[in-house]
Amino acid sequence: MFWRKHTFARGIHPEGHKSTAGMPIRRMPFAPRMILPLAQHIGKPAVPLVRAGEEVVRGQPIARADGLMSLPLHAPADGVVESIELKPSARGPWVESIVLRVYEASTQEVRWGLPPDVDRLTPQEIAKAIQDAGIAGMGGAAFPAHVKLTPPKGAVIDTLIINGAECEPYLTCDHRVMLEYPQDVIRGIQLALRACGAPRALIGIEDNKLDAVEMLNRHAPEDGSIRAQAVQTKYPQGAAETLIYALTGREVPIGKRSSSVGVLMNNVQTMAYIGRLVPAGEGVIERVVTVAGPDVERPGNYLVPIGTPMRYLLEYAGARSATSERQIILGGPMMGEAVASLDVPIVKGASGVLVMPEQELARNHRIYPCIKCGECVNVCPKGLNPSMLGMLAGRREYETMGEQYALGECFECGCCSYVCPSHIPLVQQFRIAKGVLRERAAG
Amino acid sequence: MTTPRIELRAAPHLVKGASVERIMFHVVLALLPLCAFSVWQYGLSALALIVTVTAACLGTERLFGRAGNTLSDWSATITGLLLALTLPPSFPLWMGAVAGFAAIALGKALFGGLGFNVLNPALVGRAFVQAAFPVAITTWVPAFAPGRFGEFIPTTFTTPLMTPPDIAVWAKHALDGFTGATPLARWKFETFFTPAQDFLTGAATASAGETSAVLILLCGLYLALRGFMDWRITAAVLVSAALTAWGFQLYDAARYPGPLFVLLSGGLMLGAVFMATDMATSPVTPRGVWIYGAIIGVLTVMIRYFGGLTEGVMYAILIANALSPLIDQVTQPRVFGAVKEKKA
Repeated sequence: MFWRKHTFARGIHPEGHKSTAGMPIRRMPFAPRMILPLAQHIGKPAVPLVRAGEEVVRGQPIARADGLMSLPLHAPADGVVESIELKPSARGPWVESIVLRVYEASTQEVRWGLPPDVDRLTPQEIAKAIQDAGIAGMGGAAFPAHVKLTPPKGAVIDTLIINGAECEPYLTCDHRVMLEYPQDVIRGIQLALRACGAPRALIGIEDNKLDAVEMLNRHAPEDGSIRAQAVQTKYPQGAAETLIYALTGREVPIGKRSSSVGVLMNNVQTMAYIGRLVPAGEGVIERVVTVAGPDVERPGNYLVPIGTPMRYLLEYAGARSATSERQIILGGPMMGEAVASLDVPIVKGASGVLVMPEQELARNHRIYPCIKCGECVNVCPKGLNPSMLGMLAGRREYETMGEQYALGECFECGCCSYVCPSHIPLVQQFRIAKGVLRERAAG
Repeated sequence: MTTPRIELRAAPHLVKGASVERIMFHVVLALLPLCAFSVWQYGLSALALIVTVTAACLGTERLFGRAGNTLSDWSATITGLLLALTLPPSFPLWMGAVAGFAAIALGKALFGGLGFNVLNPALVGRAFVQAAFPVAITTWVPAFAPGRFGEFIPTTFTTPLMTPPDIAVWAKHALDGFTGATPLARWKFETFFTPAQDFLTGAATASAGETSAVLILLCGLYLALRGFMDWRITAAVLVSAALTAWGFQLYDAARYPGPLFVLLSGGLMLGAVFMATDMATSPVTPRGVWIYGAIIGVLTVMIRYFGGLTEGVMYAILIANALSPLIDQVTQPRVFGAVKEKKA
């Protein structure tokens, strides 16, 4: 087909709430105390290089990667290590974290890195440099970026896809990054292209951000290897399978990775940080975070030091006493996590902090039986039958869900729960079912 | 010190704001103009019938419904109104109450209530009284009888075990030239083609709510535009019925009426807009919806043309209802990424 609309089938159109899109990135001051979990990424936790009582300089590595599937940590501020102890994480469990007391009077200058000669690096060396910078996927999943840019053995990658869709309501941090750091984004993509050996990169951006499309295309190299492409504004456009389909028309086969269709995908802010940090030989010490929600006095996009406690961030943004009537969400409202404690820090994968009044949230609705309206089937981007899956989950027929109704293909985008008039917690049922199946498979 | 509450709060944190009550309430709203039109046509008796049947449905729902207030979801109200609209206006009230009871008790509560019923409750109720009271359900009265707002149709207050008064005498007296047969019956037994405009104005003899195809379509259009009704089902029913009728007309135009007659006569329009689209008893898959609608359309025409009954919509929908789980089973959507292996 010569002309194809850049989108995927089904999906939903939630209200955007992107009022922070016009607000330039502002720096958030240093909190008096930073909490740095050793596992901010998927994979093995980092190994601390410092001990309690040790002074650290901003930008200095304070934990090293433990193997390939791991990332180092860098000090987000000048200060002294207070302790290395268990601290609450967003999901609830307490995790090993480095607690840093920040020196208030410090100038907070970043320790200089050792800039490598990036033009001479081999693909392996680039991947290593990305790992040394401690870069995890900044879209939310926090998968180590260097692993995501290394094609599996035997796979030939012809297209690197950069996810600038930002399809979640409220979030605008990637939008601002594309507008304000276009050179970093392009430089990062050029490095990533060399790392994965792909000849071209496509940046997928929802068509509610045409200014970002234009900005990146203006900064793209003249050889045409990098191109920004507008895609339809529709949730979940920024999911891997849907964006790959929207941009290339390729479907990732069930149970296979995107590399099987010659594609690798990474988030756009990840690229910006690769482009900025790798040539400078520095590490991730901050990221752009959207702080938004109806009750936030000073919403916006903040450059937040990694490790900043949620409590400090919310006070600074003017979310008065986040009591039980509000709910703090880390990430977007569709796939983000409800924060269990305000002592939870901003980590590398935190794209947004939303303060939602209780009445706007999907709670306390009466749950009706499924009336088989079929709305979930009409919106599921994966072509599943959530109605049937939900019924089977109610009867605890988890095996049938997995074997006959492709439960494993669900990536929990939440479209079905969003539209369900009976308010059945479908996604939650599917999570439980997957968990049970995983346990049973493990024996 | 207060005990900390542990709450499960899982994504997605936003919802569209759709709800069962809202959908059902709007269906009730869309049915009200039909009820009003029916009362305007048939007077007090139609009003009494609608109220009685709906009350019977609500009472039965209250009796058998699950714990908690199941009346507030409006589904029993819909069943009541729809059922009343499918009955002849002269239908005795006590029989209407029986129909309402059967609809909810046999058609819905027996299966486990809202969402679990296999068959459309209103049609189960109608099928029940069709079998139980074959005479009363085929006794028709003229529309726009003078004095319809001052007196009841004599059969309305028939009690059990009582011989109903002869409606024909009353009908003759009420309106001259009344034949007492529906257009479908007149076609079937007299090969008489009722002119199309009679259907549009409500002048044709019919059940309480089936007389104005235009009004039904408008109400359906409202629901479809607001997203409370699956227009694909209605479209599939009407198109398939029209095509089938057209085929027969091509074969023998003297014997078979045209598509327009088939679409406008009897309960097809009401069935296609309000009955076939019942969510709980129709398929959920996109392809299944079209197949289901097509089955109803074709079966309706087949029953009308070749069955012993003059009307086929009810059984066509009930049969399709029963088939819909099977239709769902064989029309599961293609899972994204279920790509056929390329041939080597």
